Amino acid sequence: MTFSDVLLQQVINGVSLGAMYALLALGFTMVYGIIELINFTHFSVFMVGSFIAMAVLLAVGLSGQSVILTGLPLVAVLLLALVVTMLATGTLGVVIERTALRPLRNVPGTAAMITTIGLAYILTNLVLLLVGAQQENYPNPLPNLTWHLGGATVHLREVLVWVVAAVLMLGLQLFVHHTKLGKAMQATAQDAEAARMMGVDVDRVVLTAFFLGSALAGAAGLIFGLYYNVVDFQIGYTAGLRAFTAAVLGGIGNIPGAMLGGLLIGLIESVGGQLIAVRWTDVIIFSILVLVLVFRPTGLLGRSLAQRS
Amino acid sequence: MLEFRDVDTFYGELHVLKAVNYKIEQGEIVCLLGGNACGKSTTMKTVLGVVQPKRGAVVLEGEDISRLSTAERVRRGIAPVPEARRLFPRMTVYENLMMGAYTRKDKAAIAEDLERVYELFPRVKERLAQSAGTLSGGEQQMVAMGRALMARPRLLCMDEPSMGLSPAYVEQVFEIIQEINRQGTTIFVVEQNANMALSIAHRGYVLQTGEVMLHGTASELLGNEWLQKVYLGQAEATPAPR
Repeated sequence: MTFSDVLLQQVINGVSLGAMYALLALGFTMVYGIIELINFTHFSVFMVGSFIAMAVLLAVGLSGQSVILTGLPLVAVLLLALVVTMLATGTLGVVIERTALRPLRNVPGTAAMITTIGLAYILTNLVLLLVGAQQENYPNPLPNLTWHLGGATVHLREVLVWVVAAVLMLGLQLFVHHTKLGKAMQATAQDAEAARMMGVDVDRVVLTAFFLGSALAGAAGLIFGLYYNVVDFQIGYTAGLRAFTAAVLGGIGNIPGAMLGGLLIGLIESVGGQLIAVRWTDVIIFSILVLVLVFRPTGLLGRSLAQRS
Repeated sequence: MLEFRDVDTFYGELHVLKAVNYKIEQGEIVCLLGGNACGKSTTMKTVLGVVQPKRGAVVLEGEDISRLSTAERVRRGIAPVPEARRLFPRMTVYENLMMGAYTRKDKAAIAEDLERVYELFPRVKERLAQSAGTLSGGEQQMVAMGRALMARPRLLCMDEPSMGLSPAYVEQVFEIIQEINRQGTTIFVVEQNANMALSIAHRGYVLQTGEVMLHGTASELLGNEWLQKVYLGQAEATPAPR
């Protein structure tokens, strides 16, 4: 393998990681865009989603990598896991908003944000209690199909990640720009009081943002399991922080920004890891977070502060 | 059509509206005059349900709407043109107009109203695909009025429609307000520009530190000496100190 092949391979890996981070970053950014809340529970919802998807895959008879499916059964099983997981995590997000966060909506300061941290601990420890601290071998029915791109290899799992992420993000864009509720979401993010004066039910818009964001986090959880083949109760922390960095890098509150930021963070992780050293990955990513916050707090695609007021 | 019955409104400890009474009849243009921080904008917010009165009632066509949500009030025919326009800056002009029709489902009638808005505001029609935030202040005011009309309101509530506009635009805006009124919409307008407001209004109220000081027909108010002196700028201007 030549150096350029290695680099190409890392780009392929990076785009896959990035697609997952982007799905996760969208949840942060949608909620922030509407109620200016950094929702740290999102980390745990993603992790819970990974376990829910695992439960679905186990329930249909898979275990570890021993059962390999192809063709229609494969598509059906993955689709089932994806849909069930997204509905479940979406509902979890709605329950969290409705019970724990809505009562704090108009409380000034950081009460709501601190609450999301507390909820994240509760969810993480519930999973720890239920499944234990050990790494779980993720049921993975994907056949070992590969394609060659120059000297680099593309696995089926990468193609799967790309397709799922692309379809979901396209769906989200269509929803936001072409449905009434999507427009209400945009309007609320731009001027909540004016949206209310148009008759928009802002509570419903907030619930929608939580449902969609959490559903996408569930999808990212399934992708994580299929990509790495192992999960444990702590996966939310690292992936969540990277996705949060992606949301800030793209411009928090900005939906295309979260997609771009996710992709960039994925690429930085894999290409940066290759060029420098994997153990420096977190240093690189979080240095970027610091630099963005210092020099361009509105992110790459974020609007300037003056425009926002 | 709309009535305030002894309405008291508070922001925390601050008593903003003090036992205020207004009565707006079907088909009228009623203006609310007053200086800064006298409760004009709070009046608008109370009409729309953004602020709830602590005591008293807001009554629309005999029904107490004091506890209804803003959305419910919009459905009952009240539409706002808020202070400083409050357009959705990164949505297009067309999308802004359609947000005005958010609570409606009657597609054919919405299309009719869109045509009516284009007729009233030819400039708006030229800018449909543009982001609302990139328009001039005058154009934004037109879009804000168009957006409110898209709710097919029976009562249009306008908060400082002349604020920040050039004199030519102010005149245009007030002509259009009269036209909208002639087409059958009742109008409640809050204005600093008292002369302009009284020139088109049927009746007016004057608010000072949260209390109605004066009310009457537009011609009565125009003839009131005290009002002339305080708000209408007819008294000799005090020369600025050098």
